[in-house]
This record gives sequence, structure tokens and C-alpha cells, in this order.
Amino acid sequence: MATAGIAASPRVGFETLPASALAGGAICLFWLAVALAAPWVAPYDPIAQDLNATLLPPFGAHLLGTDNFGRDILSRIIWGTRIDLQMGAFGVLFPFVIGTTIGAASGYAGGLVDTLLMRLLDVTMSFPFFVLIIAIVATLGPGLISFYIALAQFLVIKHADFVLAARSLGYSHARIALRHILPNAIMPAVVFSMSDAVIDILLGSSLSYLGLGIQPPTAEWGLMIAEGQGFIASAWWIAFFPGLAIVLLATGFSLLADGFAERFGIRD
Amino acid sequence: MALLEVRDLSVEFASRARWLCAVERVSFTVAEGEVMGLVGESGSGKTVTCRAILRLLDGPKVRTPSGEARFEGNDLLRLSARALRALHGRRIAMIFQNPSSYLDPLMTIGRQVAEPLVHHEGLRPREARTRAIELLHQVGIPDPRHTVDAYPHQLSGGMRQRAMIAAAVACEPRLLVADEPTTALDVTVQAQILRLLLELRDRTGLAIILITHALGVVAATCDSVAVMYAGRIMERASKRELIRQPKHPYTMGLIRSQPDLVVAGEELPSIEGQLPALGQLPGGCPFHPRCPHALPACRRQDVELEPAGADHRVACIRWRELEAAA
Repeated sequence: MATAGIAASPRVGFETLPASALAGGAICLFWLAVALAAPWVAPYDPIAQDLNATLLPPFGAHLLGTDNFGRDILSRIIWGTRIDLQMGAFGVLFPFVIGTTIGAASGYAGGLVDTLLMRLLDVTMSFPFFVLIIAIVATLGPGLISFYIALAQFLVIKHADFVLAARSLGYSHARIALRHILPNAIMPAVVFSMSDAVIDILLGSSLSYLGLGIQPPTAEWGLMIAEGQGFIASAWWIAFFPGLAIVLLATGFSLLADGFAERFGIRD
Repeated sequence: MALLEVRDLSVEFASRARWLCAVERVSFTVAEGEVMGLVGESGSGKTVTCRAILRLLDGPKVRTPSGEARFEGNDLLRLSARALRALHGRRIAMIFQNPSSYLDPLMTIGRQVAEPLVHHEGLRPREARTRAIELLHQVGIPDPRHTVDAYPHQLSGGMRQRAMIAAAVACEPRLLVADEPTTALDVTVQAQILRLLLELRDRTGLAIILITHALGVVAATCDSVAVMYAGRIMERASKRELIRQPKHPYTMGLIRSQPDLVVAGEELPSIEGQLPALGQLPGGCPFHPRCPHALPACRRQDVELEPAGADHRVACIRWRELEAAA
């Protein structure tokens, strides 16, 4: 019997996830399958040039057409999935490993370290996004951005009301950091990471597009769009289909993130 | 003997170049089993006072330059962090205004209610769960066997406040600081929560400091009252004295502006002006710019709490004249 105070089943299970999360999960699984099965499902070699078959329109022998070097667009998209999913995954792993470790160590203790990190965050946040990203990626490699954001998460939760309540009950630092802050920092980080993966992929693609990321002839979606740009009037499919792939993957991650946020009551 | 004795407590916050005084030389005592109301407008320093006593304000931007807070003989302000943690949750506990944000959203009610027992008394999970169910039952949560596994977002505001109270009193503390525990709740639920607090007091002899801005709450629950304004206590008396014979113009204003004392159709009296900002306190009596009885002397002369009858103290240089005129 459901009682007055209880609105829903307390169990956190698969069946309680909103439809958007399931749809997003399905899309992400699809891309994961594509990435894993790339060698078997790609009809052509993604970097093999065929100068007798350049700029072929889609729906012929090449389902999604060919580019100016005669490379098969579909195969390049399929192989590009591996690169783009990796970029997403790196962006997701970093906040967990680095962000939570450093955050847990320094975030709770407070004092000077906290102050310094906060100022560092202020500096990072105040830079124009792309200028900063390009600077960081060019010098240190990707993934660092996510770390800053995860750290911010930990620092924010450190000042949450329920942490104060935990202190008022006399809990040890370890109990507060591990039992109360960490789970709450990780849950939004999971959600955040998923939407972050979208940003990471877009970012990676943008960087490749700008010539800073993945280098040709590797198949990567952003790079493909950049290469197809010159042919947008004559051979639209070169840039269009990788663009569509980015949109589809990003939608999957976004739906998944939204669904989780809804399920766990996390608001932006 | 007093359970808690606060003497000359001041709290300052760091501003850009100087320290701003948020609480100035506040003194009061709370006896075993007493319910003391700490009343005042938002920003008058009620919460800061209590958090300073419990040492829940910390960091480089806060300091308590003077005062002591003796609880069961120990000065809380000078206790080591370890000794303090041993008191928190066991001897002193606190409940807060908004139970939704003060409960951990990812931990079940049962685990949160039993956590003080697990932490301070080393209870095993099974015992902890049994105790949590008992505690939930004691604070009037229906069907505690079911609720023990619920998450905070599945409960109503009143139920969450009950759960927070259950966690706070799990180790049977001697002092409970209740920071506006009913402000965020419906009127009907407010009365139930206040009744619950009084029941707990009657059963366990717990003393309560009840922070509130509603004199109605004070009238219904407290034994004694301290009225705060701009970080100072303006008047202290038993509840009966204070409601019947307020001696400070600020207290009089507060009582007059209670909506339930006004006849329908009449305009609700209010205290003109607003609380001065931190760091912009006027000289002399901080209330003089808003006081209908202020004289030039009020602007110059500092006020101190002075005895005005048995168990009654007031910080106003004109209280005798005002009393004679009334």
C-alpha cells in the first residue's frame, strides 16, 4: 500500500528511467556498436583513394557518395565513429578520475587550496571559451576542461546545505567527503559528463575543422566537414553526412543526460 | 545551572578592507528543558549567533573576537575540532529552515536518520535500521517501515522536517538549535512540527533554541525570548512578560505589527524603514532611525542591556519614561 508520504517506488531501476533516457541510450549503443564493428561493416577502406570515383553522389555504388579523393563517405563515417566516441569518452573519464580525486583531497579541506582553485576557475571561466580551449589543447592536450568543471562541482557541493547539516551532526571529514559529497558530486558529474561528451565531440570536431585536432587523412567527422566545405555547392554530401552523424550522436548523449537528470532530480 | 551560557559573543565578517560586526556582544542563557525564542527580522543576526555558537561558521572570513559559549562547562568557542565533533549530534544538534536542501538527496531517510547512531555509537546496519524505524515513528511519520527506504524527494515538506528532527534527536542531545524550522512549511504543518518539538522537550528534557521571525510561534511555544536587532539583543524576558509588557520600542513595534492582532478593515501597523546594512550601523542605539520615540540622545549614547524587573532586560535609554507614559 502506498502511504501518504510516499510518491513513488524508492527503487532506482532500469524501468524507472524516463523514455528520453532509453531513447538516448539506444542511440549511443548504436554508435558504440558501429565503432566496435567498423572493420566488418565498413564497405570500403576509409583512407583508400580512388581517383576514378571522385565526387560520386550518394545512393549509387557508394551509399553516401565519395569525396574529392574518391574515398567512401559511409566508410569514413563508420571509422570516424571510433575517433569521435573516443574524444567523448576522454572528456568523460577525466572529470571522474582527476576531478574527483583532486576535488576530494583539496575541496573539502578548504582554506588556501580552495581559494587558489576557485581563483583558477574564475580565470578559466572568464576567458573566451574557444581561445582558452585552443590554448589548453595546444599546450596540454584535451580533457583538461572537463577537469575544471568537475572540480567546480565538488567545490559547489562542499558548500551545500546538507553538508552543513552533516557537520552539525558531528560527522568526520572522511564521512562527509566520501558518504555525502562524493556521491552527490558524481551523480551530476555522470549526467554532466554525458552532455559534456556532446561538447567534447563538437569541440574535437571543431578543432579538427580548424586544423588543430585530428590530422588528415584520418577519418574524423569534423575533419570531413572541413574537407567537404569547399565542395558544399557541388557535392553537398561530403560535409552533410558527417554533420548528420554528429547531430545524431549528440542527440543520443543529450537525451541520455536529460533522462538521467530527470530521474535523479538534478537541475542545471 | 544553565545548560548553555553565552557571554559577550561577537561575530565579525571580513569585508574588503575591514571586519564588519554582524553580532555584537550577545549574552543569554538556556536552562535544561527550556525553550528559548530568538526573534528578529531577517538579517538581524539570529542564525549567525547560533551558527557561531555551534562553530558551523568557519573559514578565513569569519571570526569571533570576543565572548564565550559555555555548554555543560566547556567553552564551545575554544574546543578542539575533535572534541567539538564529539558534541555535535550527540549533545547538541541543529535543525534547519528548509528540510529539502538539508537532507542528502541521494541517501535514504532511514540511513540519514540512523547515521548519527552509526557514527557516534557504532551501531550495526541492522540495529541502525530498527532504530531508524523507531525514531521515525516517534516523530510521527506514518508507516515508518515503508518510509525508512524512501528518498527525501519522495516525502512532503512536513515529513522531511520530521525526518530531519529524527536525525537530530537520534542520540538524545541536550540542546537542539532549531533555525526557523517551520518557516518553509504550511500553516497546519507548522503547528504540528512545533507540537512535536514541545513533545520531545517534555519527554527528554531537551532544551531548544528556537530561531524565528514570527512572534506567533514564540507565543505558542517558548518559555523565554530574546529579541535581536542589527546583531544585538534589544530585550530579553520570559515569554509572558515580553508579550504582555514589552519595554523596548522595537519589541512593541513587532507585537503591534502581528497580523492576527489587527481588526479586519484596519491598516496593519508596521515599523517604518528597514534594517541597516552590515557596516552601516548608525551610532548610538542601532534602532534609533526607525524608533518613534527616538531622542537626540539615542543617536549619541550606546545602549546596554539593563535589568528592567525580575528576569527582564532591555537595551533602551528611555524604557523607564516609556513605561511611565504607557
